[in-house]
Amino acid sequence: MSQTRFPNRILPYLLLAPMVVIVIIFFLYPSAQSLYLSVFRVSPLGDRKIFVGLENFTRLLSSKDYLNSLLVSVRFAGIVVLFGLSASLVSAVIANQRLRGFAVYRALMIWPYALSPAIAGLVWGLMMNPNFGLGAVLLKRFTGIEFNYLTNGTSALLFLALAAMWKMFGYNIVFFLAGLQGLPTELLEAASLDGAGAWTKFWRVTFPLLSPTTFFLFVMNTLYAFFEVFGLVHITTGGGPGQATNLLVFNLYKDGFIAMNVGYASAQSILLLIMVATLTILQFRYAGEKVHYQ
Amino acid sequence: MNPATSLPNNHAQSRNRGAYLQNRVLKPLFSHLVMIVVVLFIMFPMIYAILLSTQTPAEYYRMQLLPGTAFLENARQAWSQVNMDQLLWNTISVALVVATGKIILSIIGAFAFVYFDFKGKTLIFILILVTHMLPLEVRIVPTFELLDNLGWVNDFKSLTVPFFASATGILLFRQLYQTIPPTLADAARMDGAGPLQFLAYVVLPLSRTNIAALFLIEFIFMWNQYLWPLVIANSPETRMIQIGLKQLVATDAAVEWHLVMSGVVIAALPPLILLVLLQKNLIQGIALYEDK
Repeated sequence: MSQTRFPNRILPYLLLAPMVVIVIIFFLYPSAQSLYLSVFRVSPLGDRKIFVGLENFTRLLSSKDYLNSLLVSVRFAGIVVLFGLSASLVSAVIANQRLRGFAVYRALMIWPYALSPAIAGLVWGLMMNPNFGLGAVLLKRFTGIEFNYLTNGTSALLFLALAAMWKMFGYNIVFFLAGLQGLPTELLEAASLDGAGAWTKFWRVTFPLLSPTTFFLFVMNTLYAFFEVFGLVHITTGGGPGQATNLLVFNLYKDGFIAMNVGYASAQSILLLIMVATLTILQFRYAGEKVHYQ
Repeated sequence: MNPATSLPNNHAQSRNRGAYLQNRVLKPLFSHLVMIVVVLFIMFPMIYAILLSTQTPAEYYRMQLLPGTAFLENARQAWSQVNMDQLLWNTISVALVVATGKIILSIIGAFAFVYFDFKGKTLIFILILVTHMLPLEVRIVPTFELLDNLGWVNDFKSLTVPFFASATGILLFRQLYQTIPPTLADAARMDGAGPLQFLAYVVLPLSRTNIAALFLIEFIFMWNQYLWPLVIANSPETRMIQIGLKQLVATDAAVEWHLVMSGVVIAALPPLILLVLLQKNLIQGIALYEDK
């Protein structure tokens, strides 16, 4: 729909100026700096810079620690995205039914959205505490599995993934429910009349129609798993045991702010940037017909 | 009676009853069961955390699953250990200022995009959208250096000003403004109202749901910030609450889980209350945003 336009010439610039100034100073300039610094070796005090070309990148990609960090991050994100999204999709489809009491279930499922990843980490750290955490103790009693996230690398990564999924569950449910409520009911009714069961209806009607929401959430969950879980790691495992939960953002923090290795950290930032850019472009491509630049 | 006609009839009836049983009883029952399991999985860890915040170490080491006796004592100790007044005050003010600032800049920005033609419109729009691709992590080291040079380390300005830009906010309000009937703006112009009057008296009242939704989203977003407050504002005067929680955990001795959970409950309460109050707006806002 085309809106009426006011004839003012200066006003729109004035209205946009504050936002544009902030974008340039705090977004574009530092990002360009990241790119610039990534080809230098910078002394810890920042007083000396030596141009080293792509050395930071080749060092990164041949560093055992960094490759491990990359692998850990990919594994973590894989679990969080795959299991988190499937679980919330199934829950949302079931919760979306018009049955008595279901509004209560819906309300009780979305609130972890308000919590921070750090709090999710602490709450699950308690649940899975090997000495007195109910989750870990029951798991051991019924399956014999020792789940010690403080000493066992696999347990630690699974523990972080569990906390991260739990926290993101509410967000996913909100979007899936919004998507489900926007589906044309006639199609589902037609499928029912044709004798389609719940399983067929889900795979043939609901899932394909819901794919824009699913794709949007896939991107958001991937970004979340790579970028927003710093607090979760920092407050619980600290990247350990060993390097088992040294996610990319945590590694970046250690190199940039503990080891003060500015060039090396900037190169890591640039690799992350390439990743986000790819995901965002995919998202805009996919939702291309819905974005209007006017 | 002819058995040949009564038999299929009976058969159909029992099949109907079977279908009735399956559709009206078994399926809902199954759905309820799944929902109860899911809700328990979501609720229990938090209930457990609240429970622990009331207990003494002796009580939780023997895995008592009833409320303990030390709720106030734990809260008092956690409160004084990390200077909770200051943390809450800092976090509330930062979250309020950022949410408000973002909303204002997003509204006037989106208004400019929808109601004016001007040179460089597409370029500016792309410039703002690009912020989506630049999360803090890809620019954290230079941003820190920049703010260090400005003298903004351990200053509330560095916790607020860089957060005022928001592609989400611009998209959200732009989407809404495109659906406002053009006749409204025509009528306003005919009555001699300028664009700013139109913004204040027509557009702003229509933006209420979106304002509430964005306020909720951004308040929670700021409340839960961790990495940036850790590197830029980790001083007693400017520390934010998530970092305060880390301080509760990071003692030299064993973790005092009762105090940590006390802190968790205090830190989780404000955003949760806000979510409960504004939840309806969030869902309406999302439906609109999704629609883009």
